[in-house]
Amino acid sequence: MRNPLSDVCVAIKPSGIRKFFDIASEMKDVISLGVGEPDFDTPQHIRDAGIYSLEKGRTFYTSNSGLVELRMEICNYMKRRFGLEYAYNDEVLITVGGSEAIDIAIRAMVNPGEEVIIPQPSFVSYEPCALLAGARPVIIELKAEDEFRLTAAQLREAVTDRTKLLVLPFPNNPTGAIMERKDLEAIAEVIIEKDIYVLSDEIYMELTYKGEPVTIASLPGMKDRTIVINGFSKAYAMTGWRLGYACGPSLIMNQMRKIHQFAIMCAPTTSQYAAVDAMRSGDEDIERMRTSYNQRRRFLVNAFREMDLECFEPYGAFYIFPCIREFGMTSEEFATRFLEEERVAMVPGSAFGDCGEGYLRISYASSMENLKIAMGRLKRFVKKLRSERM
Amino acid sequence: MREELLSIIETNSRIDLKELAVILGVEEIDVANELAALEAEGVICGYHTLIDWDKTSLDKVTALIEVRVTPKSVHGYDEVAQRIYNYPEVNSVYLISGGFDLMVILEGKSLRAVAAFVSEKLATLDAVLSASTHFILKKYKDHGTILNQNPTDEREMITP
Repeated sequence: MRNPLSDVCVAIKPSGIRKFFDIASEMKDVISLGVGEPDFDTPQHIRDAGIYSLEKGRTFYTSNSGLVELRMEICNYMKRRFGLEYAYNDEVLITVGGSEAIDIAIRAMVNPGEEVIIPQPSFVSYEPCALLAGARPVIIELKAEDEFRLTAAQLREAVTDRTKLLVLPFPNNPTGAIMERKDLEAIAEVIIEKDIYVLSDEIYMELTYKGEPVTIASLPGMKDRTIVINGFSKAYAMTGWRLGYACGPSLIMNQMRKIHQFAIMCAPTTSQYAAVDAMRSGDEDIERMRTSYNQRRRFLVNAFREMDLECFEPYGAFYIFPCIREFGMTSEEFATRFLEEERVAMVPGSAFGDCGEGYLRISYASSMENLKIAMGRLKRFVKKLRSERM
Repeated sequence: MREELLSIIETNSRIDLKELAVILGVEEIDVANELAALEAEGVICGYHTLIDWDKTSLDKVTALIEVRVTPKSVHGYDEVAQRIYNYPEVNSVYLISGGFDLMVILEGKSLRAVAAFVSEKLATLDAVLSASTHFILKKYKDHGTILNQNPTDEREMITP
């Protein structure tokens, strides 16, 4: 028989830490700080809006771009939150989670052989999406001493004649790093000078704990060069609804819509009705959850400080990224042993790119009680490892 | 910090100063000063414990009593409210808009004890026109806390 597989697909590496996850998902009575989604349920009024839409029999497709009502609410949101004006008819697209938006944005923008710059550690799907689109991923290794922010110097060094697109993954999963206005301004200067485009993945934007969040699209000259990707999963605790969106210049959005139309048709209708309610009356929910995450964030920063474990203070998302190099093991070895001995799951940093090696991703989307128990166990574990090494 | 501090201790009054300082991102002394100020201003009126008495061997019944009263000329409802809240068995007294005037929440050892209070103490007050008593059969949620709930984490591990 002929080989039924695509060479491009086969060439994509599966997750290197699958073994760790196989162990973690089998084990019982584990405190999991490995989950990348909110521990809150979707607020009741948003769930109700989804339920009502079903009761009313709204079980049809929506337009390919998504419900007009929802696109208008997204435009209102972009205006009131970031001062950005998008046209709901051809500059907004509702997608199946932010993930779909990432995929189709890259596919709509790159030609085979063109380069997509991906800062790492970061979310795992940028690189495979670039590869599937025939592009060449170019990795920038973010540094702890820069608080895992992308610097203009790093970007300048990575840009070549073939560079088409920069993925800007902030607030960042897994590091919790953010980009402040001054950081973005420096990046924007390079973007404009080198004439490249930006895919700004802002799925964690509402979970910013320092100052007001800024999108690179709002900087002068950047709106026409930026696809903003956001969604409902993290801000409104709606991961299972699978709903995201992209905003950008119609030139690019028209091509994205085409791929979306042929591959997906439209995002789930029930989720879109729920999301309309989220956008209209969910601001207080975001505030409540953000306040709670922020309290847990401070708790963890302090806990690491007390354990004398190296860790920069993250100001975004719901992750903290301590360094475990002092113990002389890989992050997967550390995570596996910690899981087996103390029954707490954390994700090895190496899952998010080679430069994540030596770090752990800890999600604080977990109750304060669980975090306290987990930190107690980590303290005990760290003490044991240090005494072993003496 | 004030509102955030209050919302934390509203559901956990046993949290210590050090932890409050950490999660609020301020110094311990600032938390201590703020708590003292809130107590002095009467914003914080007490620190209570939420108890599900049904799980103890002690029998208690809770009654909500809707009371209609005649307000007094000078003191309005305050005087009769005071007469009622001075009884130690009375838990809460609220002035209510709508079909009746005062909502009295009462804890008694038994149905008979509550009935005795209503007929002998409450109904006999001059200002009281009527009292309609409702007994609580089951508490599902109290002070924002869902009783009898064992939260489980149903989120699944996703391989990144």
